[in-house]
Amino acid sequence: MDNIGLIGMISIIMAGGTMAVGSIGPALGEARAVSQALSAIAQQPDASGTLSRTLFVGLAMIESMAIYCFVVALILVFANPFWKYVIEHP
Amino acid sequence: MELSPDSTILWQWGPLRLNATIFFTWVVMAVLSVGSWLVTRRLTDEGKMSRRRNLLETLVIFLNDQIRATSRQEPGRFLPFIGTLFLFIAVSNSMEIIPGFHPPTGSLSTTAALAMCVFIAVPFFGVMQKGVLGYLKHYVKPSVFMAPFEIIGEFSRTLALAVRLYGNIMSGTIIVGILLSIAPLFFPIVMQVLGLLIGLIQAYIFAVLAMVYIASATSVQKKTDDEKRKAG
Repeated sequence: MDNIGLIGMISIIMAGGTMAVGSIGPALGEARAVSQALSAIAQQPDASGTLSRTLFVGLAMIESMAIYCFVVALILVFANPFWKYVIEHP
Repeated sequence: MELSPDSTILWQWGPLRLNATIFFTWVVMAVLSVGSWLVTRRLTDEGKMSRRRNLLETLVIFLNDQIRATSRQEPGRFLPFIGTLFLFIAVSNSMEIIPGFHPPTGSLSTTAALAMCVFIAVPFFGVMQKGVLGYLKHYVKPSVFMAPFEIIGEFSRTLALAVRLYGNIMSGTIIVGILLSIAPLFFPIVMQVLGLLIGLIQAYIFAVLAMVYIASATSVQKKTDDEKRKAG
């Protein structure tokens, strides 16, 4: 297989793999955070304002890991520098 | 498919290029400033308050409350910076639904610029409150060995701020674009509604995180003041 085929194939496989592996951790983490926050709100409804604000900030922190993976996957598919190099220097 | 509105060039004259990011940033700035000017040009305390003025006052009160709750300090000094960040990001994310509008926050250069503002504002507010030595002292607070980690943390959280906002907004646009080619009838609208919600939440998160970072650089002085008052 030539370089173009190899780079295209590996980029697409790795983009899928990046999303698949990279979303497992944040999904588990967010589920844990939300369930803890829900039980905390159920126990202390008065503190729900503070709890939900902290929850949002924490969720954003956790979610940024998945977003990094998403950005890397998009770069692999749509803006791959190696692909551009191979196309320009055949 | 385009990953950022930077590559859309609207107007070119010699080396001067006007890309979509700059243009729509100025559109958002114009909407914000002209809108506020129109509402506040005839302020009186007589008669009934106009609806638009009520909206602006509610926004300012909401921002003040959030800043006070997040930083546990008086919000007056932080309101211009944090409020500008929140309003700019929220308006540019919400105007996503206007056809032909590329949200400027969907470009990495805009979000990196906003994150750099936070990166500079943290030592600015810290030095303003505690002085240069007092601010630098918090790098060596538990021990000197923590200083490199503190510095790495400052850079990595700036990067995280920029990439988080960019990734969320850009992914919303891309998903709508992909869905338009697969199921163009109904699903893009649902995803755009979700995109509006995500845009507002991201604006809130950006402002709250900026406030948390600034508060962490300014809060030590407050505590020592309280201790002094207790001791004296």
